[in-house]
Amino acid sequence: MATSFDRIADIIAENSEVPREKILPDSHVINDLGIDSLDFLDIVFAIDKAFGIKVPVEAWTQEVNAGTAPAEQYFVMKNLAARIDELVAAKGG
Amino acid sequence: MRLEYFQMIDRVAALEGEAITVESTIPDASPVFEGHFPGYPLMPGVLLVETMAQASGWLLLKLMNFERMPFLMGVKEAKFRSFVGPATPVTVHAQRLHDGSGYAVTKARIEAGGKRICDAELTLRIMDFPAPELAAAMRQRGQELGLA
Repeated sequence: MATSFDRIADIIAENSEVPREKILPDSHVINDLGIDSLDFLDIVFAIDKAFGIKVPVEAWTQEVNAGTAPAEQYFVMKNLAARIDELVAAKGG
Repeated sequence: MRLEYFQMIDRVAALEGEAITVESTIPDASPVFEGHFPGYPLMPGVLLVETMAQASGWLLLKLMNFERMPFLMGVKEAKFRSFVGPATPVTVHAQRLHDGSGYAVTKARIEAGGKRICDAELTLRIMDFPAPELAAAMRQRGQELGLA
């Protein structure tokens, strides 16, 4: 079974113009991959559907803007995959 | 409908769960029809999209108790299946497909005389009201529509 990272990377490649091979574990979704806010919401919608969760993008963005969390915690691919795994686990639990 | 004021919805016919049905009548005369098209007036496709977006927007406003504002940000799978002209009553259906964080996705369609005019999947960004005047205006119009 594909890892969460692979599934998310596939979703990003399908919903943006970023080639799949450019999406690496250390890629920052916005700074490195250049995903804009509209494409990012399409990607979040696809992730919500694929994983059966509701990615709390608003709360993440508020934390980053308030300086209470580094952007990398949510928007670097390997960390994003970890956050998705946590959401899936929380839902299952 | 008052096309020049972008007031596309006349009345709410039904609100059930996460779906809304609204009714409206395309006006028999408007400057819009002078250009679109001379001698063959048709409701422009972009205004049909706006009509579906407004039906979706009123649905979302109601579901959020008028506490936040939806703004159209994406249109997918839009299909315009039949022409529709002046003085035509239309029925607009909109359903929330997904309630995301800071956004929602709806599926909407317009029918006239039981015939499908158009349909689309719409993405709306959900934000705090950027101006108190807008919040007040939406609540007032919502009250007129029986939603607020």
